[in-house]
Amino acid sequence: MGLLSKQFDDGNIVLTSVEGVLNWARLCSLWQMSFGLACCAIEMMAASASHNDIMRFGVLPRPSPRQCDVMIVAGTVTLKMATRLKRLYEQMAEPRYVVSMGSCSNCGGPYWEHGYHVLKGVDRVVPVDVYIPGCPPRPEALLEGWMRLQEKVRDFTLVKQEGEHA
Amino acid sequence: MTESMEVLKEGIASGRLKTDELVLNMGPQHPSTHGVLRLELVLDGEIVVKVIPQMGYLHRCFEKHAENMTYPQVVPYTDRMDYLAGMNNNHGYVLAVERLMGIEVPEKVEYIRVIMAELQRIASHLVAIGTFGMDIGAFTPFLYCFRDREYILDIFERTCGARLLYNYMWVGGLSHDIYDGFLRDVADFIKKFRPTVVEVNNLLNYNKIFVERTANVGVLPRDVAVSYGCSGPMLRGSGVDWDLRRDDPYSIYDRFDWKVCVGDGSAGTLGDCWDRHMVRVWEMEESCKIIEQALESFPAEGDIASAIPKRIRPAKGEIYTRVENPRGELGYYLVADGSANPFRLKVRGPSFVNLSVIDEISRGHLIADLVAILGSIDIVLGEVDR
Amino acid sequence: MPKAMNEIFDYLNGLFPEAGLAFDESVPCIIVPAASIKEVALQARDDQELLLDTLMCLSGVDNGDETLGVVYHLDSMTLRHKLTLKVIVPASDPHVPSVDRVWRIAEWHEREAFDLVGMIFDGNSDFRRILLPEDWEGHPLRKDYQVPEFYNGMKVPY
Repeated sequence: MGLLSKQFDDGNIVLTSVEGVLNWARLCSLWQMSFGLACCAIEMMAASASHNDIMRFGVLPRPSPRQCDVMIVAGTVTLKMATRLKRLYEQMAEPRYVVSMGSCSNCGGPYWEHGYHVLKGVDRVVPVDVYIPGCPPRPEALLEGWMRLQEKVRDFTLVKQEGEHA
Repeated sequence: MTESMEVLKEGIASGRLKTDELVLNMGPQHPSTHGVLRLELVLDGEIVVKVIPQMGYLHRCFEKHAENMTYPQVVPYTDRMDYLAGMNNNHGYVLAVERLMGIEVPEKVEYIRVIMAELQRIASHLVAIGTFGMDIGAFTPFLYCFRDREYILDIFERTCGARLLYNYMWVGGLSHDIYDGFLRDVADFIKKFRPTVVEVNNLLNYNKIFVERTANVGVLPRDVAVSYGCSGPMLRGSGVDWDLRRDDPYSIYDRFDWKVCVGDGSAGTLGDCWDRHMVRVWEMEESCKIIEQALESFPAEGDIASAIPKRIRPAKGEIYTRVENPRGELGYYLVADGSANPFRLKVRGPSFVNLSVIDEISRGHLIADLVAILGSIDIVLGEVDR
Repeated sequence: MPKAMNEIFDYLNGLFPEAGLAFDESVPCIIVPAASIKEVALQARDDQELLLDTLMCLSGVDNGDETLGVVYHLDSMTLRHKLTLKVIVPASDPHVPSVDRVWRIAEWHEREAFDLVGMIFDGNSDFRRILLPEDWEGHPLRKDYQVPEFYNGMKVPY
């Protein structure tokens, strides 16, 4: 957590930046939207079940997009689903993140060539923060992807960046 | 209160008060639809009047891929149809090609295939039972079921390297031989697994709340089940004694002694959600029996591939092959035209067929019961939409 | 008594002498003219000698020679025999009478066959696309199908 300082004798006083404490709070309670589409959804379930227990990262699966910070797109996005996916993404509150889990949502996966009804990569409709390769990725891979996302959240800053529009 | 109810009832009966039907959309992203299924519900208050399933949100063009791939290349795509039962899907497809070409596989291959298929059946049923409990509102059994499922996946992983989508059964054989200690691991698993069934029974299946939620709900009469072509636990839950492993035997299932589990309506009516659910629970025990017998008579020596031509090109012809998937009858209609690619491969998915009956059995129930009904059908959308 | 496919053919041909049924040994299957498929299906289900109570599978096939085929795989749970029926229609006029009143599951199978291969089932009670979106153009499992470049503004090819 950013700067931990022990300048004071009272153990309850900690000095840190506002960003540091906000980011720390956010990255430890990233609520995910359970967006299980296909095979990867089973591995996503396995990640939250007994052996892997993703909930120790503060992950709570929520069914409503309004309560979520992260959308894990787990599975093949078809053209019929893509419009719905975009709408659900737009319903999420900012700041919001997207994890693309598995080859299908990264790039179309095994369906890239003849899949006339498959969207070749979810990044064609929504911006993606973390890509997890694999068909399907193991639960451990999802955990690794989750930690990468936490790193990204840790670097979030409230200060306007150079070249950024208001 | 009672007086106003009387007035209300009288008003409705005489037609002076009208109720409007409400159309509610459930899905395609709903936690209890087991994937991307969308149900259009026509409701009268909280009572379901009509259910119109809308599918295709996971239509991944399997049949188009099959026409553009060579015969062995289709196997990985069969995994991805019913992703909870990859082994069984592989089995059905390779059986279709082998029967079309007249290939006999070595005995050891048959044994491994049966053991794998039955382990997969247990794993698939564990997911079905766990998620059904979760739909009803019980989270803990889900953790128990997934714990034991992981043991099966570990065995699969040590055998062929994959946890979920195996590409393990190939035309004429298998991709890998079993590892040293495979038989011991499977036997250990069976020993470890039996107490889990008792645990899940105590936690969930005979739990008063669970029984109240599922008994007498979504009753599927026998003749309706047959007319809709239902199969698997769905059909057996309605009291029809029918299992393809026994009634249209394939592989070496006829060598083993086991019984077909049929619903008995002991909690409520024959063919309700509880019966369908319990057929799955009982079937896991029967699968254990099959695996134990297969382990006993497992051939010590043998090849894992038969001598087949390097390029698989069946002669012109067609075949319909069906196997018993955890969800029911999985059929492959394969048309060959003599080239290296299938001319047409149509899949009859058990989930697709079983789902079609949902409108019939959920009319007149509450929305909350619809969730129970949907969970007891146990669909996998990858196979409904393919 | 379970019957072999050619026995069933002889039996059905005796019942429908004018329908013009034909037996294809190579598959084997019975080729039924489109106009009489409904009567034959109803007979196959209800006749005490046949009792083909299950429609295992209904497949649409593009034969690649300007004809489309519908294949019905039937099974009898009680008598334990199977039957394959085939209807072949020209691709220019692919009308087939629906059998969804005979086996209820046929409704969805026929919708799927229409969706992917494009034959039209007259009399199906809920006839529309089942897998692809309503505004999709063409039938993907036709041999001459061209994948569209864009769908609703989304690029389709890789």
